[in-house]
Amino acid sequence: MGSDQYDQVVSDSAIRNQILRQAGSISLAVSPFAAAFGIICAEADFRLIEAIGFSALVFGGSAQFASATVLADGGSVVAAVTAGALLNMRSAAFGVVMAPALKGPLWWRALASQVMIDESTAVGSAQTELRWRRYGYLAGGIGVFVLWNISTVIGFTVLGNAGDLVATYGIDATIPASFIALLWPKVHDPQQRLLMVLGAAIALLGAPVLPPGVPILAAALAVLAARPWRAS
Amino acid sequence: MTDPLLTVLFLAMISFCFKSAGPLVLGGERDLPSWVDRLALLLPAPLLAALVASSTFVEDRAWTIDAKAVGLLVAAVALWRKLPFVIVVALAAVSTALVRAL
Repeated sequence: MGSDQYDQVVSDSAIRNQILRQAGSISLAVSPFAAAFGIICAEADFRLIEAIGFSALVFGGSAQFASATVLADGGSVVAAVTAGALLNMRSAAFGVVMAPALKGPLWWRALASQVMIDESTAVGSAQTELRWRRYGYLAGGIGVFVLWNISTVIGFTVLGNAGDLVATYGIDATIPASFIALLWPKVHDPQQRLLMVLGAAIALLGAPVLPPGVPILAAALAVLAARPWRAS
Repeated sequence: MTDPLLTVLFLAMISFCFKSAGPLVLGGERDLPSWVDRLALLLPAPLLAALVASSTFVEDRAWTIDAKAVGLLVAAVALWRKLPFVIVVALAAVSTALVRAL
C-alpha cells in the first residue's frame, strides 16, 4: 500500500468525522424544538399518532409549528395546510441544491427526498466533493429525523413547558448559529458573500409584508445577481 | 377522520412534492444540465443566510432584536477565531442564555 493511499484513508475518515460532528450537533440543537412541538400538540388535544404524523410524514420544523398552531387556534384544515405548505415550499429550492449529489434509482431518490430540510441541506451543501455533499445531507437528514421524532414523543408524553426551557438555555440561538457556522467557509468568496447579504436582506425586507415562509424562498432570487445563465 | 390527521395527510403530500421535485426530475443517472450545477453552488448561500436572518431577527412577522442577536454575534466571533462547530453552537446558546438571565 503506497503512502498516497494511506493519506487518502486518513483524510477520508477525518472528513467523515467532521461531517458526523456537524450532523450530530445540529440534530441535538433542533430536538428541543421537536419537544416543544410535541407539547403544542398535547395542549391542542391532538392524539399522539397525529403528532408523530406531523414529525414523520410532514417533517419540516417551521411548517409543523405553523400548521399545528393554526389548528390549535381553531383554524380550518385548509388554513393549516396552506400555512405549512408555504413554509415547506423552500425545500423545492433545496432539492435543486442537492439533486446533483443525490443520484440513484428512482425509489432511492424519493426516499432520500423525505429528509429534504434546512439542516440536511445546510450540512450537505457545506461540503465540497459531491460524495461528501451526499454523505452530509444523509447524515444531517437522518440524524435530525430520528432525534426529531423521539423528541416529539417525549414532548407530547412527558414534558410540561419545554417552550420555556428553549428560551432559558438559549437553545433558540443554536439554529442560526449552526447555519452561520456551516455558511462560514463561503464567507471568503466575494460572490458568495454578496449572495448571503442579498439573501438575508430579501428575507428581512419580505418578513413584514409576505406570508411566513415566502421570504425565505424569495431569497433564492438573490442568485440572479450572480447571472447563473452565463456559461462560465 | 380528525382535522389534525387530514392536515397531516394533505400537508405531507404537498411537502413531499416540494422536497422531491429536484431529486426526482433532475437527479437521474444522466448528466445534469450545467445550470443545475451552477444553481446548486449558488443557492445555499442566500437561502441559509435568509434562514439565519429570519430566525434571529424576525418574530411574528416583525423585525426584532433580542438576546439571540448576541448569541449570533458570539458565534460569528467564535468562527472568526476558528473554533470548532460544536463549540460555536454551544457558545451561542450560553451567551444567549446569559443575556436573558441578566
